[in-house]
Amino acid sequence: MSNVYVADQPEAAREGRPSGRLLEVEDLRVEFRTRDGVAKVINGVTYHVDAGETLAVLGESGSGKSVTAQTIMGILDTPPGFVTGGEVRFHGKDMLKMSGEERRRIRGEGIAMVFQDALSALNPVFTVGFQIAEQFRIRRGMSRRDAKKRAVEMLDQVKIPNAQQRLNEYPHQFSGGMRQRVMIAMSLALDPEVLIADEPTTALDVTVQAQIMDLLADLQRERHMGLILITHDLGVVADVADRIAVMYAGRIVEEGDVHELYAKPAHPYTLGLLESIPRIDEKGQQLRTIRGLPPSLLNIPSGCPFHPRCPMAQPICPEKVPPLLQLGPTRASACHFAEELVQRD
Amino acid sequence: MSDPTSGSLVTTPPPEQPGIVADTAPVDAGLPKAKRDKPRGLLGDAWYDLRRKPLFWISAGFITLFVLIAAFPFLFTSGSPTSGSLSRSLEGPGSSGWFGYDIQGQDIYSRVIYGARASILVAVSATLGTVLLGGLVGVIAGFRGGWVDALLSRIADVFFGIPFVLGAIVILFSLNPRGAGSNEWKIMGLVILALVMLTWPVAMRIMRSSVLAAKQADYVVAARAMGASNTRIIFKHLIPNCLAPVLVYSTILVGAYIGAEATLSFLGVGLQSPVVSWGVMISDSQQYIRVAPYWLLFPSAFLVTAVLSFVMLGEAVREALDPKLR
Repeated sequence: MSNVYVADQPEAAREGRPSGRLLEVEDLRVEFRTRDGVAKVINGVTYHVDAGETLAVLGESGSGKSVTAQTIMGILDTPPGFVTGGEVRFHGKDMLKMSGEERRRIRGEGIAMVFQDALSALNPVFTVGFQIAEQFRIRRGMSRRDAKKRAVEMLDQVKIPNAQQRLNEYPHQFSGGMRQRVMIAMSLALDPEVLIADEPTTALDVTVQAQIMDLLADLQRERHMGLILITHDLGVVADVADRIAVMYAGRIVEEGDVHELYAKPAHPYTLGLLESIPRIDEKGQQLRTIRGLPPSLLNIPSGCPFHPRCPMAQPICPEKVPPLLQLGPTRASACHFAEELVQRD
Repeated sequence: MSDPTSGSLVTTPPPEQPGIVADTAPVDAGLPKAKRDKPRGLLGDAWYDLRRKPLFWISAGFITLFVLIAAFPFLFTSGSPTSGSLSRSLEGPGSSGWFGYDIQGQDIYSRVIYGARASILVAVSATLGTVLLGGLVGVIAGFRGGWVDALLSRIADVFFGIPFVLGAIVILFSLNPRGAGSNEWKIMGLVILALVMLTWPVAMRIMRSSVLAAKQADYVVAARAMGASNTRIIFKHLIPNCLAPVLVYSTILVGAYIGAEATLSFLGVGLQSPVVSWGVMISDSQQYIRVAPYWLLFPSAFLVTAVLSFVMLGEAVREALDPKLR
């Protein structure tokens, strides 16, 4: 990462921060019971994030990446969404079996979330200072004055200039990038161990996107947090993520270290995604795309869900669901031909 | 890339206000500054905003005046609202009676002043009752959803289905049968009760639909994701964001209730002479509108001014509560 000159990380390696597995999702299954039938949105998702690690969850719209995050946070709309199986373990304890009150205490302090559109995710009728300070007052029992001081610190940490003055402004008075910073300050207020960022830069323009990503990466490093970055933008994750999990039709189709995955994708879907990034040295040529559309979750294709769109499909693909097989210490792929793909070139 | 000043690429910080710098310079100015800097919250900011609106001061002035009239009518007139001499029947406005005299020779000015109490008391209490009852039920129905919502909505529908005049007649007749001594306060209470019972479903529906919309908003989901409790979400997120439509409705309601109280008096089930109210006066004067137009004019003018003041106040408050208009 580019942050080479920041030698002293003031809050790095905080005392008492466990460094093991923070959050594990195992074989999670979620379905949406709609009028048209049951949509299987998540079909056995397994991933984990450790302290001080960034996991990028990549996938098209409708691949289930956001629903997984909502299930972890416990903000899934029920109905129509129902968890039908699996576990979400935080520090080894299954959150899905906890009482509502126990889960509520984890939210904010254990796991927090940054939303895509900060304008709609901030309450329009209160100043940002009030909204940040409120958390310190309610959850930490601070006085108004102390909470306000902490709110200024939080705004400083997310590099909002003039924090003292901007504290008394309303969300709509901030620009898009600044608003997302406020959102980040707010979710970090209670010092969570895991931060889930659900497409934090999608609503922003490109120059601001990079700043927000850098900010998230810096804060993650300083606080030694586990960061789950949900995105569909491959460019965004390359610099920040340690590991990548690629989702398709509610399954993880490939998982691996960011460099390995970019260099040698082990699933035709990942390959397709990487090839569809526009490249400057291919100017004038046709942009490559993955043909077809993501499958309807009401009617997921048999076997490998990607086979109708896969350029490498073989007769076995519609027959058998490929399991997510370990290819190496940090690699896994759910393709019948993963080995061949990796050994290509 | 992660240079700390990168933020300023996007949003240029507002230029330092000379006024703020000047404020911070002297040491003893620390107290007022601290006061201004502290997050004022929704109501604090609304009040700060209201103070600079002429519309607010005008309407608030009128409302204060009407409240004073209602509370201490004897400060405004030395006459009696109920005693009159028939010799002055239908005498027009003049130096002895500014607003003229009605058919019984009663001073219209005194009657208008004494009538304010019943009219304003009934209208304001009934409005408060409607907004509190309807708003509360609406928030619960919208927030809980499911069978709670279905049950409360059906109950509201039952009350909504009762025709207003018919319902009011039934309520007032059955609770205050003819001949059962008519205590002024008791009848006022019953009129308020009838108005609240027959109109709360409207406030409830407005509140419920706003809550349903706001409940889906990202900031409510975000609050939940940050571990906010249900009570907190209702009081800090839903109610402040859903208040405006109900508030606007309630200001219109004040006027409508003064009229409704007059209707009930006219039908002979509401307030009756010797109790004086603007509604009673308006309904009494209707048959004499050609002979004595001033008899209708003066109570109507007071009624319109009162209603207008409440509507203007509501408008000013609504604007002050919406941060986007600041």
